[in-house]
Amino acid sequence: MNTPDYALEFEKPLRELVMEIESVRLRSTETGEDVSQQVAQIEKKISKLEKEIYASLTPWQRVQIARHAKRPYALDYVAQIFEDFQELHGDRQYSDDRALIGGTAFFEGQAVMIIAHQKGRDTKEKISRNFGMPHPEGYRKALRLMRMAEKFHLPVITFIDTPGAFPGVASEERHVSEAIAVNLREMAMLKTPTISIVVGEGGSGGALGIGVTDKVLMFENSYYSVISPEGCAAILWKDGAAAPKAAEALKLGAPHLFSQGIIDEVIEEPVGGAHNDPLATGLALKASLHKHLAGLVDKTTDDLLDSRYERYRHLGVYEEAGTTKS
Amino acid sequence: MHFDKPTYTVKKKRKKDIPKGLYTKDPVTGDILFIKEIEDNLMVVPKSGHHFPIGARQRIASLMDPDTWTEIDQNVTSSDPLKFVDSQPYHVRLKRYQKDSGLPEAVISGLGSIHGIKVSVAVMDFRFCGGAMGAAAGEKITRAIEAATAAKAPCIVFSASGGARMQEGIYSLMQMAKTSAALGRLSQAGLPFISVLTHPTMGGVTASFATLGDVIIAEPGALIGFAGARVIRDTTKQTLPSGFQTAEFLLKHGLIDQIVSRLEMRDRLGQILSALHVKRKKTA
Repeated sequence: MNTPDYALEFEKPLRELVMEIESVRLRSTETGEDVSQQVAQIEKKISKLEKEIYASLTPWQRVQIARHAKRPYALDYVAQIFEDFQELHGDRQYSDDRALIGGTAFFEGQAVMIIAHQKGRDTKEKISRNFGMPHPEGYRKALRLMRMAEKFHLPVITFIDTPGAFPGVASEERHVSEAIAVNLREMAMLKTPTISIVVGEGGSGGALGIGVTDKVLMFENSYYSVISPEGCAAILWKDGAAAPKAAEALKLGAPHLFSQGIIDEVIEEPVGGAHNDPLATGLALKASLHKHLAGLVDKTTDDLLDSRYERYRHLGVYEEAGTTKS
Repeated sequence: MHFDKPTYTVKKKRKKDIPKGLYTKDPVTGDILFIKEIEDNLMVVPKSGHHFPIGARQRIASLMDPDTWTEIDQNVTSSDPLKFVDSQPYHVRLKRYQKDSGLPEAVISGLGSIHGIKVSVAVMDFRFCGGAMGAAAGEKITRAIEAATAAKAPCIVFSASGGARMQEGIYSLMQMAKTSAALGRLSQAGLPFISVLTHPTMGGVTASFATLGDVIIAEPGALIGFAGARVIRDTTKQTLPSGFQTAEFLLKHGLIDQIVSRLEMRDRLGQILSALHVKRKKTA
């Protein structure tokens, strides 16, 4: 068994049991005593405890899983469940953003356009991909590729996984806000089926900038929020350490968002999170994509655009003349 | 920590020198100003041209042809769908915002005429929760855009907002999509959208309808941006260029079309609309 490293804070009890197995094994190499039964017993304990922990995750714990260093990223899914990905680079105006990538691929034989936030695995790649935080160029490249998809009748599949658009001088000087805003408007009118999947972090406008789609799917342990829990805590609680409380209050987890009608499906993850069994996670995504894509490709363009408009038109709860509406 | 106390007291004393509600200070020149005099000048300091924030209703009165304004959606107000509680419950805060601002919501909207051109207008008011966009504000702006499309009239939105309203969580984020989608339909109908950015326009408002104007106008000195200066400094450790995120900075960097004084806003809007809207309609 390939034992996970249980790196997260709330996985400490599991980490301790793994260490216990190691010390038992170490002892047996010295004494020669047969410990297989003892080890099996602890493994059983781990599996039971893991199930318990993962059955009642708090929103803040889900945020930590969404940010896990070993969590599968867009390109991992693309390699597993798509064929022949051809990355298409650059916004044709300024540069090529490595944090927001795209290109053509095939899904079950159907040509599609992939657009995806991409984080780096090692330090060097993390830096080159700017920790998954796109500059304006990323959003403009995404728009170029979405228009290409429209032209050639390719469904668009976007992978959302960003802490947010990059907050920096260059980003502001080249108007990241305008780049995002234009995408929101254009995605609402794109004449081709669109699906987005929140695979990890759904960080505010930077996430929504590729997320105005016919269907929005979300992994069980990903999050989608108007502001990071840390940012919200710093502003409203005047204390960044109140992030767990903010995560709770923001109701940013997939189950909540599903019950609020914001997203269309919660894709279940294996016990221990997506990184614990990336292959099973990818297959779950494949099944979900298959189902939603099939429901969209047969619709007429007018149908598609009308239902997309209505989908976003009714998001929001407000009061009007004494009644609560949405 | 004890050293903080005297500084605080001094500040308090200095504030007392200017009786509240009668005088204020020009942040540009440091001059002491008689508030009544500025109020009579649309909150613009006559000498320095500094623009103080102006209330939504006062702004509307300064823009519209006499007796043409009809407010719509006065009954659309904020809800508390997440039952959000930080140091105070959000629903308690909402009551306070209404009381303090004298407004039902952070957006006032309606239809009227500017120089004889029928327009649909939404105006944000920073005094209500810092103009933060929640579902009610987003709904009012969306309806104002849809009203423009239905009436075949141009739409004008005045922004003044710290960004999204966190206490409404994902719902507030989705207002960005809702308002932008409505603007897509207005645009397809060939109707102009003029976005006027006033101090301050930040975050999710900048990253949605506010930067989607066919014409984008800003008031002088307005702070306009996506991320807050402190967030940028903390994240990047960069030194921010002088005048960063001001209207003047953004004119130079190509985001906005014009900087227009509030005193000339009505006439300028009329001029721009007469070129984009009325003439086009006549030749059609």
